Amino acid sequence: MNDVNQPDIVAFCCHYTAYACSQDLQNLPQLGFPENVRLEILPCSGRISITRLLKAFEQGADGIYVAGCKDDTCHNVRGSQIAKKRVDYVKDVFDQLNIEPERIEMYMISREPNRGFIEVAEEMTMRIKKLGSSPLKGK
Amino acid sequence: MIVGQRKPIQEIIGMLKGIKKILILGCSGCVSVCSAGGEKEVEILALILRIDRKKKGEPVETMEKTLARQCDTEYLEELKGEAGNYDAILSMACGVGVNYLADMYPTTLVFPALNTSFMGVSEEQGVWSERCAGCGDCVLDRTGGLCPIARCSKRLFNGPCGGSQNGKCEIDPNVACVWQLIYDRLKGLNQLEKLKEIFPIKDWSSSLHGGPRKIVREDLKL
Ligand code: SF4
Ligand code: SF4
Repeated sequence: MNDVNQPDIVAFCCHYTAYACSQDLQNLPQLGFPENVRLEILPCSGRISITRLLKAFEQGADGIYVAGCKDDTCHNVRGSQIAKKRVDYVKDVFDQLNIEPERIEMYMISREPNRGFIEVAEEMTMRIKKLGSSPLKGK
Repeated sequence: MIVGQRKPIQEIIGMLKGIKKILILGCSGCVSVCSAGGEKEVEILALILRIDRKKKGEPVETMEKTLARQCDTEYLEELKGEAGNYDAILSMACGVGVNYLADMYPTTLVFPALNTSFMGVSEEQGVWSERCAGCGDCVLDRTGGLCPIARCSKRLFNGPCGGSQNGKCEIDPNVACVWQLIYDRLKGLNQLEKLKEIFPIKDWSSSLHGGPRKIVREDLKL
């Protein structure tokens, strides 16, 4: 059983969003980015597929989120809006499977240099700590 | 094309109770075009079912395959020698595919993952609507190409009914009255005269009232 204090969270992040926070992703831990969040960088959040989100959950993630640009500033115009629709699809699937839909989230973050990228990682970590580990891991 | 929609997840889960090894079978025909039962949807459904079973501590083994079509003998034959390896096949084709699987594999359990909805068009991405009900004796030459069976809520042949208001059907203000559309179109084509001809009572024997339908073309048979 995993440690609820260190929930396993997978973050699928748009390249632009991630680099707006830190020009060098190696710096993230020093900036306070939580260690329990595994980053997967995408060229655009719109590249995320429903399959990839579900796979991350099947493979043991306690929580998942996608971070993309604010919906009116997406570099690829509609990328983050498309990503949000896919996240909503998975939320609905979770709901139908009696899994807390809050285990997956879409965050739209400003691409200006700011701490938003770290804040959502912290917020998701707090949220999943409250929910506990994934129901796929048994009681 | 034939337009379908995946059944609610709990309904599918209910069908598969106790099944431990399943083939989820997609179709690259119509249901793939309407994003209901192609390769991508097969992968998603397999993941959903595995997640559900993992949560319940009753794992299921899922195999995924998508045939060019499930309504064709030559493609369904690809499962020969394999169909017996599964506890069941969950078909993501339209009802035609599910039926043909059941016909061809009498000892294999077969389940439908989709609700086959209608024959229709893809108006824009994510929007489909009905156009033909497959009545077997098309009357579109007399109605300006617009179908009074599939598109009139009462299937009237001498419409519109008294409920047609402002071009909309009385069942729902968002549904166009096809008889208004027929009138407008014939008017635009200078063919309003056609509406003076009363439709005789339709012979439904070419439709489902005549029993299961079949076409045999001797010119094509081998
Ligand atoms: S099985 Fe159904 S969905 Fe597939 S091609 Fe045939 S008619 Fe279309
Ligand atoms: S009249 Fe019959 S065949 Fe013609 S479009 Fe309508 S349902 Fe289809």
